[in-house]
Amino acid sequence: MYIIIVGGGRLGYYLLKALLREGHEVLVLEKDPRICKTITDELGGVCFRGDGCEAATLAEVGTGRADMFVAVTGDDEDNLVACQVAKHKHNVPRTIARLRNPTNAVLFKKLGIDVTVNTTDLIIEAIEHEVPTHPVTQLLTLDEQGLIIVDVTIPARSAVIGKMVKDIILPTDAKLALIIPSKGSAHVPVAHTIVQPGDQIIAITPSQFKDELKKALLSP
Amino acid sequence: MKILMMGCSRVGARLATQLDEDGHKVTILDNDTYSFRRLPASFGGTALFGNGIDEESLKKAGIEDADVFVAVTQGDNRNVMACQIAKFIFNVPRVVCRIYDPLREELYSALGLETLSPTKIISELFREKIEGTE
Repeated sequence: MYIIIVGGGRLGYYLLKALLREGHEVLVLEKDPRICKTITDELGGVCFRGDGCEAATLAEVGTGRADMFVAVTGDDEDNLVACQVAKHKHNVPRTIARLRNPTNAVLFKKLGIDVTVNTTDLIIEAIEHEVPTHPVTQLLTLDEQGLIIVDVTIPARSAVIGKMVKDIILPTDAKLALIIPSKGSAHVPVAHTIVQPGDQIIAITPSQFKDELKKALLSP
Repeated sequence: MKILMMGCSRVGARLATQLDEDGHKVTILDNDTYSFRRLPASFGGTALFGNGIDEESLKKAGIEDADVFVAVTQGDNRNVMACQIAKFIFNVPRVVCRIYDPLREELYSALGLETLSPTKIISELFREKIEGTE
């Protein structure tokens, strides 16, 4: 895959190294000549000095044949514009932008940026996972389908304990995908599987039903 | 009209002053209060400290009932992003954006923003002036 990264800061640099290791063709666009030189000295000709928001620069590095375009500068506005230029001028199929301000996710989505990643939310998710009082953790968002994958730990007093999976009323289109019991090995739940206290359940649900799913599995 | 402006640059301050004199209700936003020195003592609008690409600041500045949004900061990308927030999140009826880079200006004009490129306009004026007196 040919992947273009805008921004050779720390995030861009480590992303570049990781993607090169995976065997991809990667190019970083960086305005600052000093950063560019540092990267080129270490990793060879994988950094191009230029403004990733300029259509001319993007044309020069062959953005038209890029499979993916990732903007990870420290400024949301620059990441937005770089992705929009890549998408609309060069028809890059997949654009990914880093966000500083989590509220910008809505705008970026509306404007056609395929994926947004924001560190604030990632840290919040990590905290949710670490804090035991939070029995539901969102693991993954499948943006296109509006689905999320969550990890639910069944508390000792939940009403679903002792029930068969087929008798549990779940929100529309929500499914239990995997049960990891506190002892023993993980298994795929079938209609007659009985839920035990302490079971860790991986479930998939439309994002708007997250709270309903939570209620269905956790309420006493 | 209720006009919300972002960027109290030379152009911003002058435009705000003129629109205020024309009787419009003007609010001007800048993330550096020192820029407001450019507004004359007679300016009757509101000068507000705030970041024009932050939805909260824009709400505080009254974007929800603005008729026009104008972005004239020094940064093309800031202007573009602020205008897209105004247009697509707050549905402001008219959104006008300064974009220095002519290529970027063409792109965003095609994507539905009302845009002005000083680079294009000024160079054209110079050209007319120079070639017109040959």
